[in-house]
This record gives sequence, C-alpha cells and structure tokens, in this order.
Amino acid sequence: MTQTTADSPARRQRAQIKERTLRTDPWWRYPLITFIIFMAFLVYATWAIFDTSYFMAPYHAPFASPCLATSCPEGARLFGFAPFGDWYTLPPGLLILGLPAGFRFTCYYYRKAYYRGFWLSPPACAVNEPHKKYTGESRFPLILQNVHRYFFYAAIVVGLILAYDAVKALIEKPDGLGTWILIVNAILINLYSLSCHSCRHITAGRLNHFSKHPVRYRAWNVVSKLNAKHQELALVSMFSVMGADLYVRLVAKGIIAFSFA
Amino acid sequence: MSYKAKFRVWRGEGGEGKLEDFTVEVNEGEVVLDIIHRLQATQVPDLAVRWNCKAGKCGSCSMEINGRPKLGCMTRMSTFTEDETVTVTPMRTFPVIKDLVTDVSFNYKKAREIPSFTPPAEVKPGEFRMQQIDVERSQEFRKCIECFMCNNVCHVIRDHEENKSNFAGPRFLMRIAELDMHPYDVADRKDSAQEEHGLGFCNITKCCTEVCPEHIKITDNALIPMKERVVDRRYDPLVWLGNKIFKRSSSNS
Amino acid sequence: MEIERHEYDVVVIGAGGAGLRAAIEARQQGKRTAIVCKSLFGKAHTVMAEGGAAAAMGNVNSKDNWMVHFRDTMRGGKFLNNWRMAELHAKEAPDRVWELEAWGALFDRTKDGKISQRNFGGHEYPRLAHVGDRTGLELIRTLQQRVVALQQEDEKLHGDAEAYIKVFQECTVTRLLKDMSPAHGPGGAIAGAFGYWRENGKLILFDAPAIVLATGGIGKSYVVTSNSWEYTGDGHALALLAGAKLINMEFIQFHPTGMVWPPSVRGILVTESVRGDGGVLKNSEGKRFMFDYVPEVFKAQYATTEEEGDRWYTDQANNRRPPELLPRDEVARAINSEVKAGRGSPQGGVYLDVSTRLPAAEIIRRLPSMHHQFKELADVDITKEAMQVGPTCHYVMGGVEVDADTAAASVPGLFAAGEVSGGMHGSNRLGGNSLSDLLVFGRRAGAGAASYVNALAGRPKISDEAVTDAKAEALAPLQRSGENPYEVHHELQRTMNELVGIIRKEEEVSEALESVEKLKERAQGVGAAGSRIYNPGWHLALDLRNMLLVSECVAKAALLRQESRGGHTRDDFPGMSPEWRTKILLCELTPDGSEVIVQEQVQPPMRDDLIQLFDRDELKKYITEKELADFDALAKE
Ligand SMILES: Cc1cc2nc3c(=O)[nH]c(=O)nc-3n(C[C@H](O)[C@H](O)[C@H](O)COP(=O)(O)OP(=O)(O)OC[C@H]3O[C@@H](n4cnc5c(N)ncnc54)[C@H](O)[C@@H]3O)c2cc1C
Ligand code: SF4
Ligand code: SF4
Ligand code: FES
Ligand code: FES
Repeated sequence: MTQTTADSPARRQRAQIKERTLRTDPWWRYPLITFIIFMAFLVYATWAIFDTSYFMAPYHAPFASPCLATSCPEGARLFGFAPFGDWYTLPPGLLILGLPAGFRFTCYYYRKAYYRGFWLSPPACAVNEPHKKYTGESRFPLILQNVHRYFFYAAIVVGLILAYDAVKALIEKPDGLGTWILIVNAILINLYSLSCHSCRHITAGRLNHFSKHPVRYRAWNVVSKLNAKHQELALVSMFSVMGADLYVRLVAKGIIAFSFA
Repeated sequence: MSYKAKFRVWRGEGGEGKLEDFTVEVNEGEVVLDIIHRLQATQVPDLAVRWNCKAGKCGSCSMEINGRPKLGCMTRMSTFTEDETVTVTPMRTFPVIKDLVTDVSFNYKKAREIPSFTPPAEVKPGEFRMQQIDVERSQEFRKCIECFMCNNVCHVIRDHEENKSNFAGPRFLMRIAELDMHPYDVADRKDSAQEEHGLGFCNITKCCTEVCPEHIKITDNALIPMKERVVDRRYDPLVWLGNKIFKRSSSNS
Repeated sequence: MEIERHEYDVVVIGAGGAGLRAAIEARQQGKRTAIVCKSLFGKAHTVMAEGGAAAAMGNVNSKDNWMVHFRDTMRGGKFLNNWRMAELHAKEAPDRVWELEAWGALFDRTKDGKISQRNFGGHEYPRLAHVGDRTGLELIRTLQQRVVALQQEDEKLHGDAEAYIKVFQECTVTRLLKDMSPAHGPGGAIAGAFGYWRENGKLILFDAPAIVLATGGIGKSYVVTSNSWEYTGDGHALALLAGAKLINMEFIQFHPTGMVWPPSVRGILVTESVRGDGGVLKNSEGKRFMFDYVPEVFKAQYATTEEEGDRWYTDQANNRRPPELLPRDEVARAINSEVKAGRGSPQGGVYLDVSTRLPAAEIIRRLPSMHHQFKELADVDITKEAMQVGPTCHYVMGGVEVDADTAAASVPGLFAAGEVSGGMHGSNRLGGNSLSDLLVFGRRAGAGAASYVNALAGRPKISDEAVTDAKAEALAPLQRSGENPYEVHHELQRTMNELVGIIRKEEEVSEALESVEKLKERAQGVGAAGSRIYNPGWHLALDLRNMLLVSECVAKAALLRQESRGGHTRDDFPGMSPEWRTKILLCELTPDGSEVIVQEQVQPPMRDDLIQLFDRDELKKYITEKELADFDALAKE
C-alpha cells in the first residue's frame, strides 16, 4: 500500500547488516561440489572427443554416437550412413556432441547448478552474489536459453540412437557386460530426456483443460513424476554416460579384456 | 527441560541498528517466536515483531534466523543445539521499520500490477463448472500465505535493489502462472509476464522454492511452466506457425 | 502535533471476511471507502479458518436447501438465534459463495465440476464449501484480490487506484467519534473514527458518517485460545463506548479440539474436519466416549453404536452420524468431563485419532495443514499416532446488537458484521456458519452503510474536544512508567480462563468480576517504555481497556443467566430453561462509561412460516408451554 505518511523517514532503508550472509550451515558445499563434478565432466568430455578408440563391435561409445563421418569404422555408422564426405577429417564426435551438450547446457536443472556453482549468481540462498549488475535471462545472451525445447527434440533422437546402439549390442553380444552397461545408460538417458521441463510442457503442461485431453493428461502425470526427479536423473545419467563411454573405450583399447567384457 | 539460550537479535529503526546479545530461557517445545515474545515480556518490551496466528497460516512472522528466511512461529528451538547462538534479523530485501518488522509495501504494489482474474463476461456466478484436475495446479499456488520470504530471498532483488521496478518477484510471477492456468481466465498474460513483470530475470536458481513455508514448488510448477508458455508465444517458430495455420490460440485450448 | 486526517463516506474497521465484503459492497455502490486494519492486509483472523463455508447449494446432496440449513442453525444455537438473521444467512449464503468463484476462488470440486461440500458438526447434509483445510485463506485472498481488482478499475477510470477504496493497514482504531448536536437525534450520530499507525505511532482521524465494525472476536481475554493477538474485543468495546449495545455476551464457544502440547502452542486449533473426515475421540482407556454424552435433544439424530457411526461415513442416507460430530459445545463439555474424571491423556487432553481410520496418503490429501501443523509444532505424525486435544476458547457468539436486514446498530451510522456482531448464532455457532455469515452480513452491512449515507441530510461533524480526549487517551500509557501491561494482561487471561471458562459457577464468576474491577484500576496505571514506533507494549496497554470492558460484559451476563445453553454452562443451573430462551441479555455502558450494566430483553417470537419448519416434538424440548400452545393453534389454521 502506499498509505505511508509523507514524513516517515523510518522506512526508506534496509537493515544495515555488513555480513554477506549470516548463514551458519555449510552453504558453500553445494556450489563447490557442483563445480567439481561439472569440471570433471568437461575435462573428460574434451578428452573423449579427441580419443579415437570409440568403437569395438558391437559396442559404440555414447559420446561418439551416431557416427556420421566417413572416418567412422564401417559398423559404427548409423544404418551404414556417412552423410559427411571425405573432406571431414575432424573427430566425428564433434559433429553430434553439440546436441546433447546443448541440451544439457540449456537444461533448467543445469542452468540452476552452473549459475550457482560457476557464476555464483547466487552461490547459495541468502548469500550475496558478487556481481554489480544483473539482468538474468531477460537479455542476450542468456535469453537464448529459451531454445531449450529444440535441443529436447534433438535429445529424443539422440536418445533413440543410443537405445538402438544398445539393442544392437544386445543382439550381437547378449552376454557382454558392455551390452548391459549400454542398456542401463540408454534407459537413464531417455528417462532424463523424458523428465525434461519442456517435455512436461509439450505433453500437456501448455493446456488449461486437462479434463478434455485425458490421454495427454495421463502422459503429463507420468512426465511430472519423472520431472520431480529431474536433478537426480540429470546427474545419474551424466555419470552413466561418462561411465559407459569410458568402458567402451577401455574395451576398444584392450585395457579391459576379460571374456564377457 | 528448560535452558538458557544465547540470542542475537537485530535491533534498530530505519536501517540504523545492530545485533544485540541476549540470554533467555527456552522451554521444551518452543519456537523462535516464543523466545522473541519472552524477550518482549521480560527484557525489552518495545521489541518489534510481527505475528498473528502462531501456526504458520498467516505469513506475518517472516524473519531471518541464522541467515535463512524462516517463519518464527514454525522454527522449533529443538533444531538448534543448546550452546548455539541463534541470530535473528529482519528480512533483508525490504526496508526495515523497526527491529524485526520490515516495510513490505513493495509486495502490495506488485500485487496491484498484475491484472486480475478475468472470466468470460457471459459466465454468471454459480455457472462455473471446473474439474478437480483442472484447478489443482492453480490451487497449489493459492496455498501461498504471502509471507513474502520468496521475494525476500530472490537474489534478483535481494542483491540488486535497482531491479525492483522491473521484477514482480516469485510470489507474483507465480500469481501470473496461477491465473494463466485457470480454466476460465481469458486474459493474455504471456507477453506481459516477460515484458512487464520480469520473468526473464529469474534464473531458476530455486531459492524461492527452498524457503517457501508452504512447500509450493514455485520454480518447477509455476516459473518454469510459465517460461515455457512464454516460449510458445515469443520464441518458438513452430508453435507460431502452427497457430497461424490451424488458427488456434496457444494454451487456451 | 498535526493529526493526519481523511474524509470518507464509509470507514470499515477490520479487513477480515466481513470487513472486506462490506468494503467491496460499499465501493460497488459508489461510496468512497476506507478499510482500516491492525495487521497487514490479508492477515486477518479469517485466514486461519480451516473447515469451510456453509451454504446450502445442494451440490453433494440435492436434498439440501435453505430451510434445512436454517433448521440446523437454529438447532445449533439452541433456538436463541435471531431467526431473521438465521433466515437471511441460510437463503443468501449460496449466492455469496458463487460470487467468490466469479472473483477467482478455486474451491474443491465435485465430479460434475461443481463446488464440493463436506460434512461438519451439526449440519445435516454435506454443506461446507472448502479448499482442503485452508478455506479461510482462500476466502480472504479472493476478497483481497477483489479489492485489488476494484482498485485497478479505479486506476483506469480516475487515474488513482485508491480513489474509491483504500487500505490503511497496521492502523488501530481506538475511538469512534460522534456528532452530538440535536440535529442528529438524542444520542448523536457517528461522525468518524480515531486511531494510530502501529508503524510510527502517528495519530490518524477519519471523518465519516458511516462506520462498519468488523473487528472479529475477543479470545485474547483467555489463556487457552485459538485466537491471535488481534482478538482483543476492540469492536465490541468501541461499540459500547459509542453507546451501542451488546447481546449474548455470555455465550463463548470453546472449540473441543485445540492442541494441548507443547505448552507454547496450547490452544491452537485442530480443525473439526478431522472428525468430519473420520477422526474419533478416545480417552486414556481407548474408549470412544462420545457415545456416552449424546444429550436427550439430539438422541434421534446420532448413532448409538460404533458400527452405525462408522457406516455413516459411506452411507449417510441409512445411518445416523457418529456423536463425535455433535455441536461443539457438547463435545467440548464431554472432553472436559473425561479429563476431570481422570481419563485424559498425559498432557491433559484426550486422544483424537485419524491414523487408524484413513490411509496415510488420504490423510495428507484431505488434511494437509493439520498434518503439517502437528509435524512442525508437536513432532507428531498424525498418519501414525493420535493427536492430543482439549477445549480452547474459539469464538464469541455475542456481539453488537444489529438490525438483521441492514446490520445497523442502535447508534445512527454504526454498522457491524462478522464475529463482532451478535444474534445470528444464538448460544452456539455451527462450524462453517461463520465464514458464510461474514459474506452474507458483510455485504448487507456495506449496503446498509451506503444507503444510510445516501439518505443523510448533512454530514455529522467531529468536535475538537472529542479529538483532544481521544488523543490524550491514546498517548497516556507512553507518558506513564507504571506496571508492565503484559502482567495485567496475563492476570486477566488467567482469571477469565479459570473463573468464566467452559463451566461456570456463581461464586467463581463473582470472584472474577471482583478481579476485573481491580484489574481495571491497575490498567489505569500501566506504562509503556520506548518510542512510539512499533511499540507492542504501548499497543497492549491500549488494548487492555477493550479486553477489560468485554470481560466485564461476559462475566456480568454469565452471572445473570441462570441456565445452561450452548456456549454458557452453569454448574449450578445445569438444565436448559424454556423461560430463559425467550430472553436476551443486553449489555451497555453507564453514561459516564465507568461500568457495564446488563438488562433482560424479550426475544420476538419466530415468524409463523419459519416456526412451522420444525416438528412439534423437537420444539417442545426448547419452548415454553405457552409458545407450544401458540404453535398448535397455528398448526390448526
Ligand atoms: C483457528 C480458527 C479456525 C476457524 N475455522 C472456521 C471454519 O472452518 N469455518 C468458519 O465458518 N469459521 C471458522 N472460524 C471462525 C472465523 O474464522 C472467524 O469467526 C471469522 O474469520 C471472523 O471474521 P471477521 O471478518 O469477523 O473478523 P477477522 O477476520 O478476525 O478480522 C478482524 C479484523 O479487524 C481488525 N481490527 C480489529 N480491531 C481493530 C481496531 N481496533 N482497529 C482497526 N482494525 C481492527 C483486524 O486487524 C482484522 O483485520 C475459525 C476461527 C479460528 C480462530
Ligand atoms: S528461482 Fe527465480 S524467482 Fe525464484 S529465487 Fe531464483 S531467481 Fe528468484
Ligand atoms: S509463495 Fe511461499 S514463500 Fe512465497 S509468499 Fe507465498 S508462501 Fe511465502
Ligand atoms: S532437460 Fe532439464 S529441463 Fe529440459
Ligand atoms: S504468526 Fe502466522 S505465520 Fe507465523
């Protein structure tokens, strides 16, 4: 209300408290752990892009799938396809990695995590952020985060390809440990994609009358349940894709070589 | 059962003030607001604090306890150890009137900037027919007791006073979402959410959700869905094209 | 010092359900309206109401209609109700609830998309429109948002949002001011109100020909209460001081189920919906004792076995309701007796159990805020264990005597609605009847005030000395360095709780009156240290006057009424007396303002068509031989 009397000097100022925060709990833990985990992931991903041992029939390292360049080994090509010609000599992972990377980069959960852990905006609740100005996602460049749903469409395709890779492995080597690692990874990746906020919006979130769209409403309920676990799925699937990728590479390099590998 | 606790309470008027130390009795089952009241009754009769219901229903007793926004009446003393000093300060984002009482008029001003519920003119009272599943989302948001702790904790205004004029705060962005999801609301709220009320400022870091005493999933259920609805309207060429071709209005199916 | 001064057509004191509805009505009728309230806008006591608003919409059971609701209300009030109010209330409540929906309220729904209704004590059919267990919040927020909508309209039309309706929050009214010039009749007419800003202690004056009191109740005169600090009986006292009369002040509702542990939350309400949704009361022996306490007048409507009671939850057509759902006064007394007989729980209550009656998920869905409240405040998980509960001072049936149709008090220009008004609920209020009361009579008070202003020949004026007096009175505690007001307050609370509580005796009530006299003197001397800025000690010192006046009314009326009825139980007069039913006790202040006097007044007989809604068998339990003879004569015609 604006019914304050004109001469109310008392009310202009915030309480002058010098401390950046009076929190006594270890609030710095969350941003710190986030920072460490994400850094580890970035380092690994960069290494993986340039590592060439990504295929060992029937296993295909997820970071390099689908493989669309002619430099890919025969069996690694998606449906035997190589749309990029001989001219393309860079690592094939670069061609497709932008999609899952973009998906995760613009993901609402990851945004929260890196805004807190990397940009300290804010580092934790009720802890002052170090920046002088703040416009959030209201302007360029961060307004571009709004493309997230396009990455989601792409992620569905990538998720299906990973599932296809896993099924292929299952047919060719049902007793291989790698097969099952790829299967678990494919499941987690797809659950992560399905739990996406954009997915929730598309299934029925955008509607105002659930009762007129019972099927979509049911789908929305399922997605909403998954969505409540979005952070967990994001992290678990990140570890699983890293693990699966590393496993395949180690097999390809011959470092892991037991009979049911 | 009872023990002497150490309290540090911010006291002052109009911004100027400091943390003062007190030693005060605590009995079993008490909450922070009880202790503040005991201080009032025994040591500092003019210690200012807002409260009404003492049951977490009215949202009057918002304060910061050990640096975290909390309702004084719902913070049990048993959550602290007996030798811990409990620091109590007013909400930081709003100007302080006295001691723990802040001027929350910012919130009432923002409330007035959000266009009200707009039902179709031809629906008369008594004629509304809505299914439970269609009202449940908005009902969650209507649990809000207007403690304004979400607005207090949101870094967009907590750390940047200058954003206050362009940002409604989570409480009122949630109000926009509530109305936008109302089965009978016909007003268009998507463009204004972004342009006038500052939805874009929110970087979904979820502090509002963390502090909400009603456990409303503000970010997941109101702000992000609202951002997605704004994307439909402004940033998604496919939806735009679809609407052009099929001539239907988005989200008002 | 300059006093801030405002001019309005209608000043509404109170921003609860009644006040907001009144203000909305006055503004919709084109009056410039101010809303004044002690706490922030949207925090009034109404926010705490849980169960729902009673309105015979017949959405769940189509047999329900206004006549059934009227009968239930009269029965609940033991036929002492102002029947015209009960009639208007029953007839208009549905429209008031529907109107809320058009303003954006989202009630829980039935399968066919209408407003769902739930069972509650004393209501024959499921009748309470509700939203989980936070109906009051929905109600007040909707009205608050309606006020905002009107302000937005005014902003478009006049460029000023507050041109026609403005909220003065955290502002306390301490005096109503009258124009005593002969032009306004022998007792004078309302001319305005005087108060102070809590925030900075500055004084404020309203010039207004019409004032609507909607200040709620008086529970803070008791130690164990579900009421907040706001409930110091301000409206009751303001009305008395302005020359209006209070009725039914002896009737105070003790809600049967308040929390009893931990001590700091003693009295906080446990909603009746817990019982409406299947919760049962047990004593320390594990017995459902309510079956032993069904009074004669209710024998026909309540189950006699646990089996029948349990069947009722699923099949209400063929079974009678369990006695846990008796009107509140009955249940409160029963709990009181069990505890006195040594069959209480360790902390002095009885057990209220839903955990063995409903699946955990269902409890959380239907009673979310109870689940939350017990978890946070008492560390009790109500899906796993029983709650401990006991009676708590909850609601005052008594209040300002008003005209049923216009809500006008006897002083020209003064109106009252909501808990501060009296008559509607008789000797006992049914759960859910308050929220609907606020809406129905809030609207009527707003309309009444508007038409009073329209008919006014000239605006009454505030005299300078009235302002000087009010100012001196308000500032006095700041200039004294006497006793701490908290001490006097605690003493009063203890006195009322112990001596004028659920069960009353002549000696005890007399003793209470003596203490109140002494406390009145002590209150003259209390001082408030500190500045005028948000000084709670000062505010309490001012509230003491009101609590003491109201306590005096309660005790004096309680002493006079020699019977037990609804919210008034006399140990020395245990029965209900048909003679006393025809009489209402009227409190007013002596001209010098020093003392309350109580008089008997005859209650007008019920209109013929209304009394014929009842069975002879039922009526004969309540009314005198003569009245019964009149009824028979009527039936023959
Ligand atoms: C815990 C609880 C649960 C309840 N549940 C139900 C229920 O389920 N169903 C039901 O029907 N009823 C219920 N009731 C009863 C019902 O809520 C109240 O009777 C009703 O809300 C009273 O409303 P009101 O508008 O009269 O006053 P309130 O809502 O109490 O408003 C009083 C207003 O007056 C203002 N005021 C007071 N004194 C002054 C002054 N001196 N100067 C300026 N302003 C002043 C206050 O600030 C406040 O704004 C419940 C009550 C409680 C306590
Ligand atoms: S999620 Fe958005 S609105 Fe909520 S606190 Fe964070 S930035 Fe503010
Ligand atoms: S949304 Fe939650 S935190 Fe924000 S004002 Fe409402 S109740 Fe408080
Ligand atoms: S993937 Fe996280 S929100 Fe879309
Ligand atoms: S006093 Fe009402 S929420 Fe704490």
